[in-house]
Amino acid sequence: MINQFIIDTFAGVLPEWLIALMTGVTGAVGVLLFALSCALAAIWIERKLIGRMQIRYGPNRVGPKGLLQPIADAIKVIGKEAITPFGVDKVVYAAAPLVIFIPALLTFAVVPFAPGAALLNVDIGVLFVVAVGALGVMPIFMAGWASNNKYSLMGAMRAIAQTVSYEIPLVLSLVGLVLMAGSFKMEDLVLYQIENGWFLLLQPLAALIFFIAASAELNRTPTDIMEGESELAAGYHTEYSGFKFSLFYATEYTHVFAVSALISTLFLGGWGTGPVLDQVPAIIWFIAKTYLLFCVFVWTRATLPRLRIDQLMAFAWKFLLPLSLVNIMLVAVLVELNLPGIVVFAVNAVLAVVLIKGWAGLLSARGATVEQRVYIRPAAAQ
Amino acid sequence: MAGTNTGSPVFDRIMTTVTSGSALAQAIQGSFPTAVTEVYSTAVVLDASAIVGVCGYLKDAPDLAFDYLADLTAVDYIDYFEVVYQLLSMGRNASATLKVRCQGRKALAVPSVTGVWHAANFLEREVYDLFGIDFPGHPDLRRIMLFEGFPGHPLRKDFLEFDHRTIAAAAQERE
Amino acid sequence: MVTANPFLVNMGPQHPSTHGVLRLRLVLDGEKVLNVEPVLGYLHSSKEKLQEEHTYLQTVPITDRMDYLAAMSNNLGVALAIEKLAGIEAPERAQYLRVIMAELQRVASHCFAQAVFLQDLGAWGGPLMYFLREREQVLDIFEMVCGARLTYNYIRPGGVSQDVPPEFLPAVHGFLATFPKKLDEYEGLLTKNEILRARTVGVGVISRELALSAGFSGPMLRGSGVDWDLRKQDPYCVYDRFAFDVPLGHVGDCYDRFMVRFYEIRESLRILHQALEQLPPGEWKTPVPIVIRPPAGEAFQLIESPRGMLGYYLVSDGGAAPWRFHVRAPSFLNLGALNEMLVGSTVADVVAIVGSIDIVMGEVDR
Repeated sequence: MINQFIIDTFAGVLPEWLIALMTGVTGAVGVLLFALSCALAAIWIERKLIGRMQIRYGPNRVGPKGLLQPIADAIKVIGKEAITPFGVDKVVYAAAPLVIFIPALLTFAVVPFAPGAALLNVDIGVLFVVAVGALGVMPIFMAGWASNNKYSLMGAMRAIAQTVSYEIPLVLSLVGLVLMAGSFKMEDLVLYQIENGWFLLLQPLAALIFFIAASAELNRTPTDIMEGESELAAGYHTEYSGFKFSLFYATEYTHVFAVSALISTLFLGGWGTGPVLDQVPAIIWFIAKTYLLFCVFVWTRATLPRLRIDQLMAFAWKFLLPLSLVNIMLVAVLVELNLPGIVVFAVNAVLAVVLIKGWAGLLSARGATVEQRVYIRPAAAQ
Repeated sequence: MAGTNTGSPVFDRIMTTVTSGSALAQAIQGSFPTAVTEVYSTAVVLDASAIVGVCGYLKDAPDLAFDYLADLTAVDYIDYFEVVYQLLSMGRNASATLKVRCQGRKALAVPSVTGVWHAANFLEREVYDLFGIDFPGHPDLRRIMLFEGFPGHPLRKDFLEFDHRTIAAAAQERE
Repeated sequence: MVTANPFLVNMGPQHPSTHGVLRLRLVLDGEKVLNVEPVLGYLHSSKEKLQEEHTYLQTVPITDRMDYLAAMSNNLGVALAIEKLAGIEAPERAQYLRVIMAELQRVASHCFAQAVFLQDLGAWGGPLMYFLREREQVLDIFEMVCGARLTYNYIRPGGVSQDVPPEFLPAVHGFLATFPKKLDEYEGLLTKNEILRARTVGVGVISRELALSAGFSGPMLRGSGVDWDLRKQDPYCVYDRFAFDVPLGHVGDCYDRFMVRFYEIRESLRILHQALEQLPPGEWKTPVPIVIRPPAGEAFQLIESPRGMLGYYLVSDGGAAPWRFHVRAPSFLNLGALNEMLVGSTVADVVAIVGSIDIVMGEVDR
């Protein structure tokens, strides 16, 4: 909107490259501010929500309802001593927290907040997201390797194994969307959903796979093995303190937020409102969906235990990967048949349930024997 | 139990049978005629050299089956040290107490029973640490509570003066 | 198979999931544990030596500090041992109160054990605090009874320190009325959770033979299927007057131990119901001299604490202070076979297995 204003005002007055620069800078600053304020809000929401889930109040001292708590935290953490441990690789150690911020922010560049309101409305938006998402593991490995700490190194090793594995089902789950919409462009995907219904309904299997695979890259429970507080102290950022730590911390939330924004764009119709309530501005819809998804992430984090690394990898390779391949085939057939949306939804939903149930039953032969364990023996047996 | 029963149901009262010293001595003397040196009402005192054999026998004999080492500790009686073994038989629900005495205050040694019960591993290390009794045959006899080089053995009766400076110096030397 | 050079990691004494100050020297090949050596003693305060300087009555509060999550059980153990040594009989009401306190303590301790175990598995969000909330209710009841929330010094030789206040019975009844429903809820949330099962089933298996040989006790022993609960096998106090079952595990893995604790909470509630019903009026304490001078001799008393068989071995020389005061700490022995349990598993399993042992370092190091 601002950019449109700039273009309208200065068109013809200033040379074209200057206008491009100006719009670029304002857009970038806008997205940056949005992402950072979202991260701050996310910290508050998560602390408050988890507090409520844990029968606590959560932050309630600084500002009304504790709203200023993230800011107070930020000030505190900046004021802390930045300790550089002995024996670290100084350059890499210092660079990692800076680098880690970039992929999380870059994702926001291609997310359309409202019609025409994407910073980069590139034709290959989906590919861009995937490429940037994979970048996120590099600074984690930098931090883990440079810290000269075994816990950090183990955290980094786990992070790489995990991200590489989960990248594959993540990409494959998106192929179905592209097949259906016939475009890599984020905006086209949203427009397609507004026309034909959300991809969450059209491709529930892909939505589930994407949700799991994306959350696996966020290092939050149940898949926070690269951090794994009870195992690896703090994983790759064990040795970071003060401001450097706060960058890792803020990035985590920015990242969750970026993924929430992505899922709401790709599967929940982005800014689209569905049949009703068109008078609410599109960007409000988008932000509401994003925050709702964020709350889902908080919920899973507060409930589930953590998986072990081999189980996590097995889950990616044995469960998500085959299912996403099946999903692609299915979608290709459905697209070829050109069925109406409601039929596609019905077929996909039924098949998703069957596949998940069947595959899970094949994989876990363990469940049955556990059910048979009786802990109170009958009196005769004792 | 004290007091009167207030109408509550009393179930079949099972209790752990405490094996009397004489019965224990009789059982042991069948296979180890010279092992038992003294017999008390609920305990027998054994010769240190026989302890491993006797323990193995008590564990493996089907009518004794003391498969569980409930406790192993030592007592400093000034003239001698007494290592006390509390055995349990989970199958028979019976208990027994064995004792071994080491005369004097130096070069104390009792053969280790880690080969019989795994539980003796930590317990013997604790006694070694706090009493200074050696357990030949123990696979990994090191101090367990205190650091290597700690001066003295605290649970001995002659360990009276807690000298911070000596201990601090020992700790420093270790570093 | 890719192998790396084995490297040594010190897990603890400062580590989020070593339950205090346990230190494990792990030799790792990547994620796999090749060797483990527990290093103890960081909390050693020579409590056994301290006790030799105190009168028998004064030894009770020091036992509070050993297993600080089950101080009532510790009090009970030492009180019974001193009574055995000095030939004191506690009145019936005191016996019932002791059982009630010990079972409430078992509920509280098991709740805490479950909470911390779940935290070790990574479910640090909801389940942890739910269990702590229930434990808090028990602590409130204890506070009502004796004024302390963690170190009670309530059960003493000759009885208990004071009678329970009138609001005690309604409070316990209220707890017993609400708690089982919540327990069902937690069980529904947790025991059928696929991730929890994946993390615990078949992990840290202890065979029956190892459990016996290594001197395991409590849920560690019963998780491996050994039917040994001192409340049944050698009932002290008035445990022979209550109907309850002993939950037994099947395989001896972390899941079994976890479930055994769940069921033990339920059995404790059953005992509590019966004990409250039968609680007789009368004296809660027999007169005992302030300085007890038991005849020369020795006494070994075992009780079933939440963590296992807690034993007190007292030797008296006829004087006012014990000549020797030894504690058979269940956590100490339950740690004894870590090598057998951990080698071959992964780092994540180390945390799960150590969490399932439910150690209290105050008791291990004494």
